Amino acid sequence: MAADPDAAYREAMSWTKTARDWRPTALALAGLAAGAVTGAVLGGLVLGWLAAIWSLIDGPTGAWELAWFYVVVVLAGPVLLLWATHGLGALQRERFRAVLGNEIAAPPRVAVGRGPLPRPVRAWRAPATWRQLGYHLLAMTGGVAGGLLVAACWAAPLLAVASLAGVWGDGPGVAVGLGLVALSAAVALVAPWVARAVARADEAAGRALLGPGRSEELALRVEALARSRAEVVAATDAERRRIERDLHDGAQRRLVSLAMQLGMARASLADAPEPVRQVIEQAHDEATEALAELRQLVRGLHPAVLDDRGLDAALSGIAANAPLPVRLRVDAPTRCSPAIEAVAYFVVSEALTNVAKHADAGRAEVTVERRDDRLRVVVADDGRGGATLDGGGTGLRGLAQRAAAVDGTLTVDSPPGGPTAITVELPCES
Amino acid sequence: MRVVIAEDSVLLQAGLTRLLGDGGFEVVAAVGDAEALLRAVTEHRPDVAVVDVRMPPTHTDEGIRAALVIARQHPDVAVLVLSQYVEERYATDLLSERTSAVGYLLKDRVAHVADFLDALRRVAAGGTALDPEVVAQLLVRRRADPLDRLTPRELQVLKLMAEGRSNNGITEALRVSPSAVEKYVSNIFTKLDLAPTDIDHRRVLAVLKFLGA
Repeated sequence: MAADPDAAYREAMSWTKTARDWRPTALALAGLAAGAVTGAVLGGLVLGWLAAIWSLIDGPTGAWELAWFYVVVVLAGPVLLLWATHGLGALQRERFRAVLGNEIAAPPRVAVGRGPLPRPVRAWRAPATWRQLGYHLLAMTGGVAGGLLVAACWAAPLLAVASLAGVWGDGPGVAVGLGLVALSAAVALVAPWVARAVARADEAAGRALLGPGRSEELALRVEALARSRAEVVAATDAERRRIERDLHDGAQRRLVSLAMQLGMARASLADAPEPVRQVIEQAHDEATEALAELRQLVRGLHPAVLDDRGLDAALSGIAANAPLPVRLRVDAPTRCSPAIEAVAYFVVSEALTNVAKHADAGRAEVTVERRDDRLRVVVADDGRGGATLDGGGTGLRGLAQRAAAVDGTLTVDSPPGGPTAITVELPCES
Repeated sequence: MRVVIAEDSVLLQAGLTRLLGDGGFEVVAAVGDAEALLRAVTEHRPDVAVVDVRMPPTHTDEGIRAALVIARQHPDVAVLVLSQYVEERYATDLLSERTSAVGYLLKDRVAHVADFLDALRRVAAGGTALDPEVVAQLLVRRRADPLDRLTPRELQVLKLMAEGRSNNGITEALRVSPSAVEKYVSNIFTKLDLAPTDIDHRRVLAVLKFLGA
């Protein structure tokens, strides 16, 4: 989809300014043929359908099987007409594409099995169907007429010469004949302009009626945006997983090894001089602390147990590691999609970090509940309250954005003096 | 005592081999994945297997699953699982298969050599060793309940019991007198309404069961 529809349109219409271009003529002549086919198909279908209805109203004559046949035709008519409408629409779009190279996007298809009504009924209710039908009516009439006009313009000299040669009985007089030739030459000279006018009108009608409408275009755009947003969310998750794995296989292992070596040194150097022992002891303590800090940090990223055993299993790790007492209650018997679990995990992890940093709280409580297809996460604390989404440095804004990225919501209830409750609601599938 | 080590990092495998060797254990095999571990255990019949959780091919919970197989197929082989993260859920899985001669510790703990060797000996001798972190994870799931009636000191003692420590171990860890520890323990059992027992191992079980593991 082009960023600027007007620019795209101007670009698409640029052919109208080029002289000696056969494409408008080709388009008009192809439009003539397509219009004829459209007329034959739609006309045949509609006439057959009306005849069947009339026969039923009038009372069928002849064999009784005939009545069934009529019923079948009456019922099948709208469906066949629908197919024909969409099929011919595709044919016309292909005509524009083949002749002009202009891509007209197909209107969105009516999805199978969504909504209470049968698909053909919903398809007949779709504006795109009626717009295409409208174009077909134009193609049958204006399209055919325009095509004939263009053909006649180009053929005028031929006709004049044929007339002079007496193909149709006695030729006209010399004066009239010369006038006829001059006139036909003039007509042939303006033929390219006629063809362009016809093609322009055709193209404009095609764009307006064969493609998706404004609201459908928006719907398609929303779909595309939702898809790309989901991809961004998934990419973020993948990135966090990768960092977790890299640290696990790299820095953490080296630190464990280092701490172990220092531990061994510490244990075997009991008789070493005091300064040496002190240095080793300090190095050992630093290494084990760095290890614990790194573990804490990585734990907040995307623990393997989250993919492996789900949100419930993963949350106890961060709850236990919080620097204040945390109660955890999870009531989610079935798992949500990995993207949602990752967001919920991140929310709890960040919210608890926030509580520890800003809330001045004695304890916190984390509740996770699944109700139908909504996952509700509440992080409450008994701290001093006064937290707001816009409050600088609390990271709540980031959490709200992360929730919004999967169509979730975040609300903060934090009166001055507390208590604070941060509630995140997420759709389970995303 | 004979040990089999399963650890896919060459660095840590070498380090552990040395640490255990210096600590008086005989490392009869050091392998890099779960399949090789099961073969080594069948072949060498060690006293204890020290097992890493994340190993090839999927790097998720191979070690836990291998430990469960050992617990089932080799009742005489103790298992100590080591990991860079401990998960309450994995601990529950392990304990559901076997409640003695089993341990689950953070890898960080190997840095405290004496404590780590103690825990390993305890497991090899049929006891349990649960990481304090696992116990903390088990505790966060408790709702308002009898645990709230424990004093902070008693809660500390409960955690140490859940880790698998004996009265002596608790005495050392808290630097209090043995009689004080006995008093804390009996208070805890009364407050939580648990049947008192003097046997360390049964005591661990009672506490873990109370915590829902």
